[in-house]
Amino acid sequence: MPTKILLKDLHQPGIFSYDGYRKAGGYTSVEKALKSMSPDSVMEEVKTAGLRGRGGAGFPAGLKWSFLDRKSGKPRYLICNADESEPGTFKDRFLMEKIPHLLIEGIIVSSFALGANVAYIYVRGEFKKIIKILENTIEEARTNNLVGKNILGTGYSLEIYVQTGAGAYICGEETGLIESLEGKRGNPRLKPPFPAVVGLYGCPTVVNNVETLAAVPWIINNGGSAYAGIGIGRSTGTKLISACGHINKPGVYEIEMGLPVEEFIYSDEYCGGIRNEKKLKAVVAGGSSVPILPSHLILKTAKGEPRLMSYESLSDGGFVSGTMLGSGGFIVMDEDTCIVRNLWTFTRFYHHESCGQCSPCREGTGWMEKILHRIEHGHGKMHDIDLLVDISKKIEGTTICPLGDAAAWPVASAIRHFRDEFEWHVLEPKECLIRNYGMGKEAVVI
Amino acid sequence: MVTNPPIIFSTDTSELVKKIITRYPEGRQKSALLPILHLAQAEFGGWLSVPVMDYVADILNLKPIEVYEVASFYSMYNLKPVGNYVLEVCRTGPCCLMGGEEILQYIEKKLGIKAGETTQDGKFTIKTVECLASCGTAPMMQVGDDYHENLTHQRVDELIEEFKNC
Ligand SMILES: Cc1cc2nc3c(=O)[nH]c(=O)nc-3n(C[C@H](O)[C@H](O)[C@H](O)COP(=O)(O)O)c2cc1C
Ligand code: SF4
Ligand code: FES
Repeated sequence: MPTKILLKDLHQPGIFSYDGYRKAGGYTSVEKALKSMSPDSVMEEVKTAGLRGRGGAGFPAGLKWSFLDRKSGKPRYLICNADESEPGTFKDRFLMEKIPHLLIEGIIVSSFALGANVAYIYVRGEFKKIIKILENTIEEARTNNLVGKNILGTGYSLEIYVQTGAGAYICGEETGLIESLEGKRGNPRLKPPFPAVVGLYGCPTVVNNVETLAAVPWIINNGGSAYAGIGIGRSTGTKLISACGHINKPGVYEIEMGLPVEEFIYSDEYCGGIRNEKKLKAVVAGGSSVPILPSHLILKTAKGEPRLMSYESLSDGGFVSGTMLGSGGFIVMDEDTCIVRNLWTFTRFYHHESCGQCSPCREGTGWMEKILHRIEHGHGKMHDIDLLVDISKKIEGTTICPLGDAAAWPVASAIRHFRDEFEWHVLEPKECLIRNYGMGKEAVVI
Repeated sequence: MVTNPPIIFSTDTSELVKKIITRYPEGRQKSALLPILHLAQAEFGGWLSVPVMDYVADILNLKPIEVYEVASFYSMYNLKPVGNYVLEVCRTGPCCLMGGEEILQYIEKKLGIKAGETTQDGKFTIKTVECLASCGTAPMMQVGDDYHENLTHQRVDELIEEFKNC
């Protein structure tokens, strides 16, 4: 049986409710942490676990917690990032909808470790059902003295509030989120200072993803080293993967880090293979922002080793032949997919979502969208392809927040691996309107 | 003569507004702006007119411009009137892979309007939205609180029929 941590009790009856959750062993980590551990020892366990941020960047959670300014005398805040807007990602929604108490438990223990007495869950505004679920779940926890004043008689107090967003991808970026939570436009801030020092209301703040916080209870119950023993290398534990696109079984899967990509795509336990018996053409493995890989490079690294579902293996080969685990939004494309059209829709997304503060991002995403539209609709010129590469290079690394990079990478990687398909669109402007390029010839990796 | 109803929150909503403001530290009531704009939009006809935004500014002790700039930044706030049912159709990559664009065209044709427009009887508005974290059940759209997933022509027909009869 593959190891399950977050979804281990998914099929327990009543797991959604307080009673069912409690029966399955829920909230024991709160008892353990608050009654028998110090905040620092909770943090040490999370460090030992090697738990890395599941929101996309993979930054070690325990290390981030250790940066929190504990000397300023100001209140400290924990913010749970439930903005989930990275295209291809729907795991946080799944978790909150199915096992909402797990997140609340994780928030309580994490807030205790950080010395925070207020935590906010920033939920994207479209998740109206989730917002109600979370508010009810917090009330259930409060009724049972797990939220509010003097939790379980330990003297530790915590309020958890749900904050609603209003439709803006950029509010998933942690400083854009903080601005939004302060009631402003979600314009990301220049870093440093980092939120751990100057965050919400100018106070020390930790922002963590839903899935990251939901892993904390298991770590506290079983110990950091038990968690570190699962997975592979520096990719410890399990990861929720949102699988979508042309597969037989789209959905959310919990995998142990290190699972071969091939098994994930073709095994009946996970994606169940490509639907309609088609061939696999490409995968975007970590949400729309990460580089796209053609089938031969997603299944095997350029060195010919099997590619694994882990931070290290997916990024093996850097941006020449690798990609990133990102948020775990696994988008699968079959042989009939038009890479140019898909890229155009992605780029339209980034253009729409750019907050507009930095010229390279604001203007560059718009230009890229326009050029891709042109190529896709049979009006492209050969030099447009290099122009796209040029624009993407000028955005990368020149902006306040990583949305610029996130817009640039898909463009650069699609042209790197599927240049022949772009050229075909230019050479066959009529043909490309009526049929797809199919598998073409496989790009050669240099 | 038609007179506009006065812009004032119901007693229940006013209570909720007060409760929301207590979630933030003293002097940080601006944090309540996004949640309260949602309440205002729901209570005053599905969109935010200038007088409604001014009313919210007044409640939170903000300058009107602070409200306008927020309302115009976030895609969920409608700055012009919308129909009773706003069909928010996802148009992002993963939905497109599964026929999202075709579904959008189908809805446009069926209602005789384009995305961004409202039917003459004021019943339906079509709006395109970006990924709603439902890509595994694509193509999809949101209407009010509900997600409608795995959309097909038949499902769209059923839903529109249902809304028409409401
Ligand atoms: C444009 C952009 C969008 C992001 N969206 C999300 C998101 O929806 N959810 C999330 O958890 N993190 C998102 N992130 C990452 C956050 O900035 C932050 O790194 C994360 O919430 C930290 O939590 P973690 O360390 O637990 O992953 C986004 C980052 C960028 C640049
Ligand atoms: S990179 Fe784009 S989204 Fe990020 S701050 Fe700059 S303009 Fe805004
Ligand atoms: S792309 Fe439509 S829900 Fe994600």
